[in-house]
Amino acid sequence: MYNNIAISGNSGPKVRSDCQMELELKDEGGIVIELKSKVQVLYGESIINQCREILSFFGITNAVLKINDTGALPFVISARLEAVIKQLVDTDTEFLPEIYKENKLPSKRDRFRFSRLYIPGNTPSMMINAGLHSADGIILDIEDSVAPEKKDEARILIRNALRQINFYGAERMVRINQGERGLKDLEFVVPHYVNLILIPKCESVEEVKSIEAKINELKHIHRLDGDIFLMPIIESAAGVEMSYDIARSSDLIVAMAIGLEDLTADLGVARTKGGMETQYARTRIVNAAKAAGIQPIDSVFSDVSDMEALRMNVLSSKALGFEGMGCIHPRQVPVVRQGFAPQPEEIEKSLKIVMAYDQARINGLGVVALGTKMIDQPVVVRAQRIVDLAIRLGLLPDDWKNSVPNKTE
Amino acid sequence: MAIPTVINAAGREVPLEINGKPVIPFMGVGKYKPGGNKYGPPISSCSDFPDDGNKVVPTLEEALLRCGIRDGMTISTHHHLRDGDLISNRIFELASVMGVKDLVWFPSASFPCNDPVIKYLEDGTINRIEGSMNGPLGKFVSEGKMKGTAVLRSHGGRVQAIQDGEVKIDIAVLVAPSADSYGNASGTGGKSACGVLGYAKADSIYADKVIVVTDNLVDLPCLPAEIEGNYVDYVVVVDRIGVPEKIVSGTTQITKSPDRLLIAEMTASFLEKSGILRDGVTMQAGAGGTSLAIAVFLHEILKSKGWKAKFGFGGSTLYMVDMLEQGQMGYILDAQAFDLDAVLSVSRNPNHIPYSVFNAYNYHSKGNLTSMMDIMILGATEVDLNFNGNVVTHSDGYLLHGIGGWQNCLHARNVILPLPLFRDRIPVIVDEVTTLCGPGELIDVIITERGIAINPKRTDLHERVRNSGLPLRTIKELKDEAERICGKPEKPVKDDKIVAAIKWVDGTIIDVVRKIKL
Repeated sequence: MYNNIAISGNSGPKVRSDCQMELELKDEGGIVIELKSKVQVLYGESIINQCREILSFFGITNAVLKINDTGALPFVISARLEAVIKQLVDTDTEFLPEIYKENKLPSKRDRFRFSRLYIPGNTPSMMINAGLHSADGIILDIEDSVAPEKKDEARILIRNALRQINFYGAERMVRINQGERGLKDLEFVVPHYVNLILIPKCESVEEVKSIEAKINELKHIHRLDGDIFLMPIIESAAGVEMSYDIARSSDLIVAMAIGLEDLTADLGVARTKGGMETQYARTRIVNAAKAAGIQPIDSVFSDVSDMEALRMNVLSSKALGFEGMGCIHPRQVPVVRQGFAPQPEEIEKSLKIVMAYDQARINGLGVVALGTKMIDQPVVVRAQRIVDLAIRLGLLPDDWKNSVPNKTE
Repeated sequence: MAIPTVINAAGREVPLEINGKPVIPFMGVGKYKPGGNKYGPPISSCSDFPDDGNKVVPTLEEALLRCGIRDGMTISTHHHLRDGDLISNRIFELASVMGVKDLVWFPSASFPCNDPVIKYLEDGTINRIEGSMNGPLGKFVSEGKMKGTAVLRSHGGRVQAIQDGEVKIDIAVLVAPSADSYGNASGTGGKSACGVLGYAKADSIYADKVIVVTDNLVDLPCLPAEIEGNYVDYVVVVDRIGVPEKIVSGTTQITKSPDRLLIAEMTASFLEKSGILRDGVTMQAGAGGTSLAIAVFLHEILKSKGWKAKFGFGGSTLYMVDMLEQGQMGYILDAQAFDLDAVLSVSRNPNHIPYSVFNAYNYHSKGNLTSMMDIMILGATEVDLNFNGNVVTHSDGYLLHGIGGWQNCLHARNVILPLPLFRDRIPVIVDEVTTLCGPGELIDVIITERGIAINPKRTDLHERVRNSGLPLRTIKELKDEAERICGKPEKPVKDDKIVAAIKWVDGTIIDVVRKIKL
């Protein structure tokens, strides 16, 4: 095991906010740290102290550590060092940075999931500001965006990110790997207050069940009681056919997404802008999700430069019944949000319903009527949600009851 | 022998003497009142110049010799050819061959293409640079390797120093994309067009000797004559004065960074919701990627409201030209054109007008164009808890930027600094700026991706956006958030030796830069 060299992290001309660590364990000579850093003058001493603390935490007393730092934040430095240590030392011990208290906040089953922004799981520079773009959810991805040999270090980085990046209220999501690897991924995210797990290429109820069981086991071990929700992603013909069963397979499922790149590959067809080739799959997913009482979520739109095409795509997606969409670039988020947000006529109608309901309560009536039309309770709930959403999106003032003229007459 | 120092009105320890000449410590904004008269260059006589007006001499070397170049002289240049300038380095190469020593180079700015002058700083041809420096040149100076002390001035401060006789230019070598044999010169036309020559005007009027260097000799008269032949001693024609693709700035690309775009959007939103943006507004925005994005967002708002900006002050770019051509801006008053579209616009649009910094920025004059501007978008490397700004050094203490027009622009009605809260790991909002370039009393709003801080002095602005839904924070809250994310930075270790003096717009010393301890 000793006299072995390992490397973690990334370096290169375009890499920012990351560091590469090369660790060589020795039999003698104490700890030698060679630091090359873009922020040497301002943080050189603190980086060296931090690394000494972590090495000592893992009981390493003789080693040469070479660091090539491009302005990595402390949580990145500790993730990279832990990752390089774990390539050489067999240990389950974890060096956990302090957790921000806002990162412990639970999510809600029925919160809006219009936009969820994918962030590659081993690229710190893209994580740090991810929460600023008002996406409903941030997905830290350990699946397709991380090379197989980088999965181990990405898990540690994502774990630290869940503890020390403020996502400013976005739902904290992680897309795990398929199969056994995905179950291992859960050990790095469940104890750290992840809100939602995306299950890629989901094809069976069993997959969901095994993930649910693993989550419950980890919650028990770590004495956690907050909800951790699931969002299976249907990305194959088999998955489409199983979608209703999958949607109903666990109480933790709050939404089901469709992934069109893999699906079209599986179908052996080209993905077109019009989307004729996936019409069946998409309507099937929407129907299955609605039948199961969860949110149907559309695939990502891959042309990040064409905002107009994205806007059209969002509108047709919404028309089919989808309630959200994936984003692969922060600039897509506002377009997706605006598209799925209630339109002015929807808001106006909802206001009328909510006001009619309020009036009925004041009058002590059990039945709500708008004009001559009776209104069912779910309609009131839905109208109230649209009003709340409009307020949250800044489309209505908080105190609209005082500022909106009474239109019930 | 130690030079005596004092604590100036901004609380900075500054010397009473720089390069052997007495200097005045900063006394506060608008406090120092100059006395005396403007500097007067020697009087010339037409009898010493050819009647046919032909002042062409065969080479730059001969022109320099005829100007009487000798040890200790001050040579000025302008930076309108930006990173494509081929002539400045050539001057010192010639001087070095002639064995001239201890020159002072007084450029209106330097660029990476000027790095070769390090050689002439090392061999004693140049004693010091009084002007901006960045990259390797900044590093050279920061590490205390320059013989004299650098003096950094704003564009307006440079004009003030020339006018007041604080800097006496012995020879001004002014490159011009077009010139006639009499010396009338323009920034348009030819293969090296740069648009305007605003920064060269004061040099042409106040320098003892003036050499115009062009690669496009035109028949008399060369119009518009931004440099007038009456001030010019010699005209030199060369093959190339510049590298065209480097003259047009590479900076005029809208940022693609989603984080910077977010800051730009927040800035436009702040300007709209605060009511600063209105019909008839006057504005200036730079050529950095974020500023350009702000210009685009502001243009959209103006268009949707049917408003028109009264005028924009350039640095002009394609984005300002778009506003002019599409009817959302009345005029562009232009001191420098940053991109090809701006260069073309100056020559074809009568409402796009060359406008000298001579008229716009000089604090020792009868009014300051920048104080009439409603919107002023500026950058900074650091801002501190008192809203003081730094633009010349990075947080590690190295000189990396010139002041440019930054200090002059601080006099605008609303000075807005859109900045990231940290760059890589380096916080932009700090306890105290490394180098003080602009007093906080003139900086109104800091807009970061994580919140907006309004200077507490601007209670009016605060009142106007209080209920706007914008993410308002105190500057302390922003600083704390930066430190929570990045950790508290250490301070760079500095030597006592002063490597550069920072002048305020009135010629007083606002701060100094000390040598980096290696």
